[in-house]
Amino acid sequence: MSAFLTQPFTVVIIPFLGAVLIALAGDRDRLRDIIGWVTSIAFFLGVIAQVGPALEGAGREQRLWEMLPGLEIAFRIEPLGLIFALVAASLWLVATLYAQCYMKVLGYRHLGRFFACYAIALGAAAGIAFSANLLTLFIFYEVLSLSTYPLVAHSGTAAARNGARIYLGYLLATSIGLLLVGILWVWQAAGTLEFQQGGIIAGHVDPSWIPLLAGLFMFGIGKAALMPVHRWLPSAMVAPAPVSALLHAVAVVKAGVFTVLKVAVFVFGTDVLVETGAGIWISWVAAFTIVAASLIALRLEDLKARLAYSTVAQLNYIVLGAMVATPLAIIGAAMHIATHAVAKITLFFGAGAIQVAHDRKKIAELDGLGRAMPITFGAFAIGTLSIIGLPIFGGMWSKWYLVLGSMQIHQWVLVAALMASSLLNILYLLVIPIRAFFAPAAEGVPEHYSEAPWPLLVAMTITASGCVVLFFWPDPLFRLAAMLVPGGAP
Amino acid sequence: MNIGEWLPFSVLVPLIAAPVCALMPGRTGPWLLAFLGALTSLLIVAIALPVLWQGELSYPFGNWPPPIGIEYRIDAANGLVALLVAAVATFVLPWARIINNFEVPERQGIFYALFLLAFAGLMGITLTGDAFNVFVFLEISSLSTYALIAHGWDRRALLASFRYLIMGTVGATFVLIGIGFLYMMTGTLNMADLAERLPEVRDTTAVRAALAFIIVGLGLKLALFPLHLWLPNAYAYAPNFITVFLAATATKVALYVMLRFIFTIFGHDYSFFALPLTAVLLALAIAGMFAGSWVAMFQHNLKRMLAYSSVAQVGYMVLGIALATSAGLAAGLLHLFNHALMKGALFMALGTVFWRVGSVRIDDLSGIGREMPWTMTAFALAGLSLIGVPLTAGFVSKWYLIIAAMEAGQPWLVALIVITSLMAIYYIWRVVEAAWFTPAREARTPVSEAPLSLLVPLYVVVAANFWFGIDTRLSVGGAEAAARALLGGSP
Repeated sequence: MSAFLTQPFTVVIIPFLGAVLIALAGDRDRLRDIIGWVTSIAFFLGVIAQVGPALEGAGREQRLWEMLPGLEIAFRIEPLGLIFALVAASLWLVATLYAQCYMKVLGYRHLGRFFACYAIALGAAAGIAFSANLLTLFIFYEVLSLSTYPLVAHSGTAAARNGARIYLGYLLATSIGLLLVGILWVWQAAGTLEFQQGGIIAGHVDPSWIPLLAGLFMFGIGKAALMPVHRWLPSAMVAPAPVSALLHAVAVVKAGVFTVLKVAVFVFGTDVLVETGAGIWISWVAAFTIVAASLIALRLEDLKARLAYSTVAQLNYIVLGAMVATPLAIIGAAMHIATHAVAKITLFFGAGAIQVAHDRKKIAELDGLGRAMPITFGAFAIGTLSIIGLPIFGGMWSKWYLVLGSMQIHQWVLVAALMASSLLNILYLLVIPIRAFFAPAAEGVPEHYSEAPWPLLVAMTITASGCVVLFFWPDPLFRLAAMLVPGGAP
Repeated sequence: MNIGEWLPFSVLVPLIAAPVCALMPGRTGPWLLAFLGALTSLLIVAIALPVLWQGELSYPFGNWPPPIGIEYRIDAANGLVALLVAAVATFVLPWARIINNFEVPERQGIFYALFLLAFAGLMGITLTGDAFNVFVFLEISSLSTYALIAHGWDRRALLASFRYLIMGTVGATFVLIGIGFLYMMTGTLNMADLAERLPEVRDTTAVRAALAFIIVGLGLKLALFPLHLWLPNAYAYAPNFITVFLAATATKVALYVMLRFIFTIFGHDYSFFALPLTAVLLALAIAGMFAGSWVAMFQHNLKRMLAYSSVAQVGYMVLGIALATSAGLAAGLLHLFNHALMKGALFMALGTVFWRVGSVRIDDLSGIGREMPWTMTAFALAGLSLIGVPLTAGFVSKWYLIIAAMEAGQPWLVALIVITSLMAIYYIWRVVEAAWFTPAREARTPVSEAPLSLLVPLYVVVAANFWFGIDTRLSVGGAEAAARALLGGSP
């Protein structure tokens, strides 16, 4: 029995079962909240139970069902998936605390539907993380797109509907139009979709076609927000803050870059990417995206929109690392999944808290607000510093390895893009807490202490401390990431 | 008595039940008789199917050995189609009882008798091994279908029925002319016999004309673009039960007959190499895929929208067949099966909405998702299958179709399939958005959810969409066995 309880599929199914119960609980707030907590805790414990075996190099494997000959729904735990699942599961706990309070304070309705879809999205993320082949991954990828649509459109206003339409349109069109075609191409050529260290297409696809195939995958994985398929992410910002925080800073977008890394390492193989030049052309697109998104973010006045473009830039750090494909870059990219998630969720929590306490969305309206909301803006500042990549915050490590990895192959343009992005981060992110603390108060900003409700503050404090913890104890994360590259740590 | 001797009863039982049904008063009796008739057929075919996967069964009527007498000859191909027709009838009838009491309150005895005739006709077309017999059953099913469509609640149903009558009759006549030419050249009407004798006379104009007449005639019946003009109105204004039944079966049976003529009677080599059938069918299939999807995107009447979508979906099936490979044929047959499940579920969901609201215009359905959540969820789930989202039957179809196109060395077709799938997202998502995320119109009185007696049959069909998206042994295995049977290879 205990063997069954710790199987990968059992972990994946927990949020789905929870979603059914949450939907049945509907508008009974207390019952629904309890089920929400039980689900997220059970899910977290389930993921934790996978860590031990995976660290010993014996990740569990489970073959569920053969859909078509040779095409199975199967799960396998490996280090990269574990990083993603751990990040999603632990942040879901924090987000549960945050979301239950946030949605009630702002008087949102249809909460049964909301929290059910929220849980399904997490289950889909776990399905992506643990999938053993491209088919399983694709299935859960689509479940994730579809289950988050009701969350984006939740308020039902014309703006929300329109945003959700763009959101789903981009994600479905790219995944069916490009990603699925890429998967079919791999299946047609290699005869398998199973993830394997070193890739599966070497020797099966003509090397001159591989750059095109890589393009199908990288632009097809719309969730990784490579320009020009990034537009859905700003559109998703019409969603309530808990959705932007957990899903559009962690689960959905990290599912995208996780898939990018997974495909780079286990489908193409790092050697193939380097030898055919497929990696380099896409890493240049990623570098362009990083700089362009940062420049766009500079000009945006809406706080959440600015954060969204910052996410676009940060996601492309990971795409860049995956496509540079040197061992150090891969390690940096994998670590960035975790470090960026913790930092960015803090920022979105902050944006939501500001909305709850003072109903402000524009950046110019935040001047002087830091003195009234010291905890919120303190956490916000920590998140910002971690994203810039300064020491004593976790973001430093991942950026460190990404830059080192790019240097190894003498791609100085990429190094320059990463560095420029850090500078731009200071200009468009760090100014926000600085002005909040030191600028003269904007109109209507109270001078006395006036913070958001305590659950929001606790949630932010936890994630902000997470940024610091990841600086001093990056070792478990580093060890998992290092298992991705042949020969372990370089 | 072996199962082969039982098989003709899957046609005879509904045929004999029809006149009895016509004489029955009231509502329950005719419905029950129709249901039992369909159920009997389903059981017979279901029991026979495993045998058919191994080889074929033959039954000579009146003990006259073929080619003198009429023969029923059943293999994996028509076994699969017969199973589909009987299963659709059996599973939709429990749902249809309440719907028909609302839409066709009077003279239900006649109504169900006509349905039994249409059903028997489709089963007959499927199972017979005699070319002339095909025509006879085609007329039986078509004539009763015209009358059934005319039962629609809207007066426009009469015009739709009349238009179908004209075009359907032209189609049936073309088929008859084709069969006449074949008889003239070979002196036989038995399909197996025709297949043996045709090679001797294959290079004559009469045989070429026969193939052309038959393809065009059947193209009309299966709504192959541009011969689909009768279909949108017929589907839109027919009683909902009839729409579900026709959408899930009638075009499929016509397609099966076309396959039988192309592959078994004329032979793969003759059809695709003596005549440029690949080019013709491919062009029409692609045109249908695009035209159907495009028009569907702008329809306000949702039944018409789904009808145009059917034109596009027929395009997918024909596309698979036009590839003229065994993988393509299997993909076409697979989509034939899966599309019946999707469209059946979609039209059932719409029928349920119509029963409450009295309209299927998209403007009248805004906000309906909150009032009838289960029904509209069923619509959305079946819509996902139509789009081809993984874990649904539609995904399996598209997967096989795309693989077949790649294997046939036509990768550009992949792009066309993908683009039309994206168009399907658009027209399905319009409905989802109207149902859930648009406030209800003030003029419409709020409605409540449908009763379980409608929801349970609806969800059975929706569940089938997911079942055959996950467990593909019956659908893929059946389609591949059918393709082998049609291509005449050993099992």
